[in-house]
Amino acid sequence: MDRRQHAVNIWLMLLPALLLLLAFTHLPVVATLFDSFHSTPKGARASVWVGLENYRVMLDDPVFRKALANNLWFAGVTIPLSIGLALMMALWVNERMAGRALLRMAYFTPTVLPMIAVANIWLFFYTPQYGLLEQISKALGLPSQNWLGDPSTALGAVTLVAVWKEAGFFMIFYLAALQSMNPSLREAAAIEGASGWTFFRRVQWPLLMPTTVFVLVNAFINGFRMVDHLFVMTRGGPDNASTLLLYYLYEVGFSFWDTAYASAITAVLVSILAGVALLQFFVLDRRVHYQ
Amino acid sequence: MSHTTQQRLAFNEPGWLDTLAAWLLGLLWLLPLVYAVWTAFHPPEFSTRFDLSAPLTLSNFSRAWEAAPFARYFFNTTVLTAMILVAQLVISTLAAYAFARFRFRGRNLAFALVLMQLVVMPDLLVVANYKTMAQLGLIDSLLAIGLPYFASAFAIFLLRQTFMSIPKELDDAARVEGAGALQILWRVYVPLARPVYTAFALVSVSFHWNNFLWPLIVTNSVNARPLTVGLQVFSAVDQGIDWSIITAATLMSSAPLLIAFLLFQRQFVQSFMRAGIK
Repeated sequence: MDRRQHAVNIWLMLLPALLLLLAFTHLPVVATLFDSFHSTPKGARASVWVGLENYRVMLDDPVFRKALANNLWFAGVTIPLSIGLALMMALWVNERMAGRALLRMAYFTPTVLPMIAVANIWLFFYTPQYGLLEQISKALGLPSQNWLGDPSTALGAVTLVAVWKEAGFFMIFYLAALQSMNPSLREAAAIEGASGWTFFRRVQWPLLMPTTVFVLVNAFINGFRMVDHLFVMTRGGPDNASTLLLYYLYEVGFSFWDTAYASAITAVLVSILAGVALLQFFVLDRRVHYQ
Repeated sequence: MSHTTQQRLAFNEPGWLDTLAAWLLGLLWLLPLVYAVWTAFHPPEFSTRFDLSAPLTLSNFSRAWEAAPFARYFFNTTVLTAMILVAQLVISTLAAYAFARFRFRGRNLAFALVLMQLVVMPDLLVVANYKTMAQLGLIDSLLAIGLPYFASAFAIFLLRQTFMSIPKELDDAARVEGAGALQILWRVYVPLARPVYTAFALVSVSFHWNNFLWPLIVTNSVNARPLTVGLQVFSAVDQGIDWSIITAATLMSSAPLLIAFLLFQRQFVQSFMRAGIK
């Protein structure tokens, strides 16, 4: 087989993947940027260059600002909470605990269920007057509370669902890392008379660092991607109290059909996630392996 | 010796407080599901009353099944997840093999372009992809839902890692016997990477069985709607607040994955682990 034929074969193997990625990832990114600098075509009025107009509108758009603030809060709570819980779960089911197979299943089950389906269940949970939460608070003599209908609790209520869904997923990665740890480390620590806490802080936690970075990046991406439950539980309300960036992007793009503005919001979302990826690549990955 | 063993055991044994806390959290984690099961299997008047003498029933399921075209939704989701999985496996196997075993100009650049999709996921590019689908005349079709996911950076990455760990001597041996590149891929690489294929398949199927936003956007009729979108339309529009039917429908749509998970728990957990370790 001559050289040129060889090269052609290689590129033929890559072609399907590269063409599809070009069509549905790379070109859309370029198109998104392009559209975000233009106006939305309306009827006979064609799309025209507007420069940074869409981004200027965004800065003054109270709903966008609300969505951004909500999303930062949502991510800021789900990321540490779900990772912390995941670590705790993994440490528990890694030990010889009574019924640990059952426990592991209980923690992991939310991961395999569709978010849209569990959102229905949680909606029922939160329902005023006869939902389970209401019944519990009634039994405890607490005042009635409309968790999803009250702007001060709606975001917290949908955040809790995200934590519940994610913790078991991240637990798996911690568990995998814990199980691949050398058992003689534990023996050495026991011989030295180290306490369980010292063993965790001085041995397990540092060795788990690469896992933590991996989970952290995933949690971050999910923090800006998980919006399915909003469609069922709050539709971003009441009064945008629980709206998130991707949900708002959906509303702007597919309820108001303002595609240019939606493209600008997409560009912001993509930049946030790309920023995190670069941070991981250039900062976190290097630090973690060299300690 | 015995002293050490004893100490190690003591070190291993979680205290009763840990066990209690772990179980409390476990119950809390299962609570929503238990609640849904209760409501779905009891008559509506018991949906929020917990009475152990309440009669069991399957009528909520049959009512839900008749109230919306769930058979069609199941069919759509099954075809969709199968189509995506097959496309992903074929396309990524070829690409991963090229990246893992051949040196060529532009390899690093091409690989970097592939990895971009790990961050800039199709889920975010819905506006631009919707326009593309409209131009292709594919709106409201299963193909439109699947196309953006056919090339999976994740699968390519995972398979490339696996292929790179396969000894090159196996390659050479096959080549001596006169096998071409594709034959070697099919006879040597694919069989050796089987656990990774299983892992990826489970992750992919559970992702696409549960995927919602893009299918919601790109479909507008029963013909192409997958279960998740069908369930949302059903519970938002058709039902008012008949919780027994909604929870029955909810459990029904999650059942295939849930049952598969309970049956193949170990494989599921290990697959997710394998897929996550880079």
